[in-house]
Amino acid sequence: MDTKVKNKKDAVAEQDIGRDIRLELFRLQLELRLCEKRAYDLFLQNLIKGTSHLSLGQEAIAAAFGVAMRPDDWTFCTYRGHAHTLARGASMSGVLGELMGRECGLLGGKGGSMHLTDVAKGAMGSYAIIGAHLPVAAGAAWSAQYRGTEQVAVCFFGDGTTNIGAFHEALNFSVVWKLPVIFVCENNLYMEYTPISSVTAVEHPAADRAGAYNLEKIVVDGNDADAVYRTATKYLDRARKGGGPALIECMTYRHSGHSRADPAKYRPEGELEKWLERDPIKIYRERLLGLGIVEATLTDIENEVMQQVNAATETAKASAPPSLDGIHQHVWADGGAAWRN
Amino acid sequence: MAELTYRDAVAAGIAQEMARDERVVFLGEDVAHAGGVFKATVGLLDKFGPKRVRDCPISEQAILGAAMGAAMTGLRPIAEIMFSDFLAVCWDIVANEIAKSRYMTNGQVSVPLVIRTANGAGSRFGAQHSQSVENWAMMIPGIKVVAPAFPADVKGLIAAAVRDDDPVLIFEQKSLYSLKGEVPDGEHVDELGRARVLRQGKDCTIVALALMVHRALAAADILERDHGISCTVIDVRSLVPLDTVTILAEVARTGRLVTVEENPRLCGWGAEIASIIADECFWELDGPIIRITTPHIPLPSADALEDATIPSVERIVREIREKID
Repeated sequence: MDTKVKNKKDAVAEQDIGRDIRLELFRLQLELRLCEKRAYDLFLQNLIKGTSHLSLGQEAIAAAFGVAMRPDDWTFCTYRGHAHTLARGASMSGVLGELMGRECGLLGGKGGSMHLTDVAKGAMGSYAIIGAHLPVAAGAAWSAQYRGTEQVAVCFFGDGTTNIGAFHEALNFSVVWKLPVIFVCENNLYMEYTPISSVTAVEHPAADRAGAYNLEKIVVDGNDADAVYRTATKYLDRARKGGGPALIECMTYRHSGHSRADPAKYRPEGELEKWLERDPIKIYRERLLGLGIVEATLTDIENEVMQQVNAATETAKASAPPSLDGIHQHVWADGGAAWRN
Repeated sequence: MAELTYRDAVAAGIAQEMARDERVVFLGEDVAHAGGVFKATVGLLDKFGPKRVRDCPISEQAILGAAMGAAMTGLRPIAEIMFSDFLAVCWDIVANEIAKSRYMTNGQVSVPLVIRTANGAGSRFGAQHSQSVENWAMMIPGIKVVAPAFPADVKGLIAAAVRDDDPVLIFEQKSLYSLKGEVPDGEHVDELGRARVLRQGKDCTIVALALMVHRALAAADILERDHGISCTVIDVRSLVPLDTVTILAEVARTGRLVTVEENPRLCGWGAEIASIIADECFWELDGPIIRITTPHIPLPSADALEDATIPSVERIVREIREKID
């Protein structure tokens, strides 16, 4: 948050990440932001149908893990998963194309906004039923442990997920089996339209439950990409070496409503404005300038990312609707949909 | 050929596949140290060790979710859900996740896993431990569904399910666990999606599944011997994929269809078969289709009540006599 180096300890902390990774974190956050803002614009133009759940304001978390993870690690995320999928390297045209229902979409138009997946990049799916993917991530971690591959599964979810049974089942299971899985709660203060504090028995919906599963209580500033990156690196490394799971609660805020349909009028006056001052990209840009990175370097990155988003938009717009043949493909491993002979 | 019980055939099928393929792992509640509450998995822990045969907490979502995640990333898990009624607790994982992931991701995700579960009545366990829920699974696109009636089929269908690249749900009928039968020696692998004609007759075709196969066979003997009604009996074995070729051929030949179903009436698997026959075989029929099912009620527990609700040999004989004679 504060970009000034105040003392020796902070100076060391500021140096631990390094210029290249910081620029990567900056670029990735921008990619997520600008691509999702473009998705929002495309909605307004009625080029994207259905629902969508944006991560605007929460990008630091997906970006920091995206940079910290090994290419063969696995991401499992929720229906609010555009950012997490992009953060693993999925193509912007694939994401925007899927949102627009085009042939070039990551899922050929068969999944849509809530199911973005790019297995080749380790993005193992976006799950639209709250909680379901926590045990699935545990299972992937079990597979890594069983085969001794040192891969780690990272599972992102919102604060609302902490009140569903699968959250608790998955945590207990993962701890008992000592699985290499990191559970990342993005606490944006609202479960859909309702303040999480009004429906949860504890202040920190994830971290305050950690003790029940013999896990450390970890709360991180989810709007500070460096803070998330440091935490991610530490626990990814620990899990990789057989140290078992972690539950990390990242405090953040979504700038828009729960979904496309939600104007978020339930938020108290001034709350959004307060969080906009702590916009993860804004504070990160200021930090980089404070660390001596010149303005032109950042402007170049901003321009490049905008060009990338523009190009992806054009690719997606130019892509045809999916072939109707796809309707009857990929129910089964043989590629078809036959249920009888 | 060795004689095995239906329960021993479960362990034999799993053991055959675990010995063949290191990717095969087995998890569930009380399955390892206890050998299963129905003793169907005794000996697997000793044979394959705790890394591959794992006891789980009472967490059905975690069990099936973990099986799914492991299957997506290269293992071939077999997961046990102790009673099929408990599938309701983790139905999201079955119906929304396991079944749909391949389609929703346009073929990117593969979920080659097997779910085994004890299904059906006969043990007087009441409405939450004795249901027949195979029709729940049949309705979900993306999951294969089998229900063996004989020990050899148990072993062979488990092997076929493990080797299949799609998720397969195996319904074992819990009152058949002590049934003995011949099981081929050596490696035995069956085929999913194949019904079996167990006897051929000329007057009607009885289509049955799991426990009901045995009752249909007994009823067919009585109908032939005492009433001169000659019946084909088909063991459906696999609801998805469904072997309609075998069923259509026999119904066309005999002119009548009778389904014997343990599930409650509405949307039982027999309704789908009746619909297919009505669509594709109507002009070959000599009379109305007969569906013999459990009434549309939650299953009662007392001996007398359970016996009166599940289709019995006597009821099958009576209904066929009344409607076909």
